[in-house]
Amino acid sequence: MNPSFVPIDGTPFLVASAIKLIVFFSVYLVTVAMLTLAERKVSAWIQDRHGPNRTGPGGLLQPAADGLKNLMKEELAPSAGHGVLFTLAPAIAFCTALVSWAVIPFAAPLPTPWGLVPMALAELPVGFLFTLAISSLGVYGLTLAGWASNNKYSLLGGLRSSAQMVSYEIAMGMSIIPVLLLTGNVALDSIIRQQAAGGWNVLNLTVAFFVFVNAAFAETNRLPFDLPEAESELVAGYHTEYSSMRFSMFFIAEYANMLTASGLMATLFLGGWDIPFTRWDDTGDPSVLKTVATLGSFLLKTGAFLFFYMWIRWTLPRFRYDQLMSLGWKVLLPLMLGYIVLVAAVLLALQAAGIGAGWARTGILLALNVVVLATMFFVVDRGRLLSPTTQRLKRVDVDRLRGRAIERSPLAAGRRAELMGD
Amino acid sequence: MAINVKVLDRPLEEVSYVRATLTGLANTFRHLVDPHKVTTQYPEEKEAIGKRWRGTHRMLTTEDGKAKCVACGLCPTVCPANCIKLVPGEDEQGNRYPLVFEIDEFRCIFCGYCQEVCPEEAIHVGRHYENAEYDRQGFVYDLERLTAQQHPVCEMWDPADPAGE
Repeated sequence: MNPSFVPIDGTPFLVASAIKLIVFFSVYLVTVAMLTLAERKVSAWIQDRHGPNRTGPGGLLQPAADGLKNLMKEELAPSAGHGVLFTLAPAIAFCTALVSWAVIPFAAPLPTPWGLVPMALAELPVGFLFTLAISSLGVYGLTLAGWASNNKYSLLGGLRSSAQMVSYEIAMGMSIIPVLLLTGNVALDSIIRQQAAGGWNVLNLTVAFFVFVNAAFAETNRLPFDLPEAESELVAGYHTEYSSMRFSMFFIAEYANMLTASGLMATLFLGGWDIPFTRWDDTGDPSVLKTVATLGSFLLKTGAFLFFYMWIRWTLPRFRYDQLMSLGWKVLLPLMLGYIVLVAAVLLALQAAGIGAGWARTGILLALNVVVLATMFFVVDRGRLLSPTTQRLKRVDVDRLRGRAIERSPLAAGRRAELMGD
Repeated sequence: MAINVKVLDRPLEEVSYVRATLTGLANTFRHLVDPHKVTTQYPEEKEAIGKRWRGTHRMLTTEDGKAKCVACGLCPTVCPANCIKLVPGEDEQGNRYPLVFEIDEFRCIFCGYCQEVCPEEAIHVGRHYENAEYDRQGFVYDLERLTAQQHPVCEMWDPADPAGE
């Protein structure tokens, strides 16, 4: 057998890992910096502006200028805050954000004269569980930042972030279970290969995809779920007291989390580095060309999600806190619990009927998903669950409140007569 | 039960989240791809300013380069902000001229009264807005500076032609 196709081992493995680490983190951090620029550009275009275009060609050097500015600024720390934790918090947020990407495979394995190099920083067999674990640690960064600042707004932001992340982590974990049911493995590489063979999970498990996208938005504290840093309510939330590079670290962490979440969505539901409509990339001997092509495919998918993140951010308004919680606990969680049972039953039935991975199974699952989604939207939409106070109060109370509001409003005199029935 | 809560009944068809979200996304995307942007790229392109724009002052001169000002003292009198400092002088022929003529552009409210009141059409407010200076003293324009300014001057409102045509 060709030595290039044997998994790399021993000293070459260490060297390859070191090279991957250096190259990867350089590219990763530059990408994160560029994302801040991309966000500003997208926001500008959506608002009919040009966006930053003064620093470098088309504003490309803007992130460098921002970074330099933040490095040179004075680092302020609240005198009554907790010094150590205040410094530690951004570091935690930053490190967990960077590390959580480590297990995501970003291309097909690369054949080298020394062996086959897996194109993930660490091809852990626990795969997705690692990402979940690390992203949960990120909560500490935000919560500690809020607490160590000795500022009421920061504390509120920190508490909100912990409550929100814990709630949505459940929905996120639940939305992954159907994927694991389908794959029978938690390693991300197996999940990708299963999708390459048996159709992308976005078709197989649309509902899970939908819930995962929602949970990912909440996990990364992005609009419409950015309550921990809601400007209109909390100044800047957990990072109110932060300045200069410490603030920058939270900022980098946010974008790194976005990148990871996008990578995960692409990996778990859009087939990762798989190129659609062809089996060329995931079957047969590995080659450099395949690695490059699949890398392109993966970057395209991740990029699409990143754009989606920004697009949503500049479109939707922020949720109210109780709506956020009721969405997480009263809609997404029960939905996923029911869906897991449903998918498990259907998979069992399909197995019994002898229908394996392929178009037939994808078609059946897709039909099922469409039905579930349609039902869900019918129930959730039009404010039946999440919504206006009228839906949560007793009819009697609503009438009482409405009557009082009308009493107070001289303008509503006409409407009062109408309501009172005289 | 909280008081002062105004509960509104909205028709259910109007509160569809899905429809609202999709409409919103379509709307923002239309703006995203729309090449028409509203921003003016300031230092390169400047928006035209009106004919009656009242900016920093300019003192007009006669052909021989002297200020038209005859130091009549009307402008410091009419100035509501008290920003014009005028010390009149007189030459051998008995012609009055300003020994000192200073305008503090920081105090000035750019009402344009000085230009309206001037019998010699000497002092004018200008159609000009790029006045940055490094210190406050730089905003006190003396006669030399006022005569050296080259920007176009404001056209005052003419009662005979109110629309300015």
